[in-house]
Amino acid sequence: MDSMTLIAIISILTAGLTISIGSIGPAFGEARAVATALTALAQQPDASATITRTLFVGLAMIESVAIYCFVVSMILIFANPFWNSAIAQASGQ
Amino acid sequence: MNLSPDNIIYWQLGFFKLNATIVYTWGLMLVLVLGSKTITRKLTTELQRSRWQNLLEIIVTGINQQIEEVGLKNPRKYLGFLGSLFLFVAMASLFTIVPGYEPPTGSLSTTAALAMCVFVAVPMFGIEEAGIGRYLKAYTQPTIIMLPFNIISEVSRTLALAVRLFGNMMSGTLILAILLTITPFIFPIIMSALGLLTGMVQAYIFSILATVYIAAATRAREPAAEADTTDRKDNNHVN
Repeated sequence: MDSMTLIAIISILTAGLTISIGSIGPAFGEARAVATALTALAQQPDASATITRTLFVGLAMIESVAIYCFVVSMILIFANPFWNSAIAQASGQ
Repeated sequence: MNLSPDNIIYWQLGFFKLNATIVYTWGLMLVLVLGSKTITRKLTTELQRSRWQNLLEIIVTGINQQIEEVGLKNPRKYLGFLGSLFLFVAMASLFTIVPGYEPPTGSLSTTAALAMCVFVAVPMFGIEEAGIGRYLKAYTQPTIIMLPFNIISEVSRTLALAVRLFGNMMSGTLILAILLTITPFIFPIIMSALGLLTGMVQAYIFSILATVYIAAATRAREPAAEADTTDRKDNNHVN
């Protein structure tokens, strides 16, 4: 198969794999974080403002890993430089 | 399917492109500045005050309280920078209610610019509070071997700020655009509400992270007598 088809196949495959495997870890991490935060809230309800704020900050940091994977997969699908250069070569011929 | 409002170009003169990001940022600036100017034209300390003044007071005292809780001793000094960060990102996401609006924070340029502002502000506030010697010494803090890692962590957390905000905003608008072509009736409204919620949370996260970085840079470097948030040497290990 020619290079354009190969680029397309691998880009699509990698995009799907990136986002699917990449969201497993953050999901587990966020679940553990929220569970621990709920335990802490149950033990000390008057620290709830600090716990809630720290929980949100921690969740945002964990979530960013999933966001990185999402951005990579979006780049592979919509702004793929190899695909663009392959198209430019094919249309230039 | 455009990935960011940078690609919607309204007008072009050679090198300078007037794209949707710039236009909507200007619109936001206009709304924020004109709104604040009109609301604060007749400030009063009477019991009877306009509800807009009440709203602004709630917002300002809320942000002040958050800054103080994170551990910055004089929150008024940082209120301008951190409050503006929060208000800009929150307004940028709130206006997605308006049809035809693309949030400018959905473009990597805007979020990179905001992250660069934080990157510059952290050493500035740190040097202002702690003096150059103590601030630079903090980079070698546990041991001198940590110096490259501390520098790398500075750069990478700025990058993380930019990409986090960009990814959240872009994914919200992208999901909405895709859903509008698949199930155009009720589900996009729910996703739009979810996008609004994540926009507000991301605005809060952005400003709280900026506050935490500034607090870490301006904090006195003695191990005792610390603020209450980051306990590096706490004596009650709960686990």
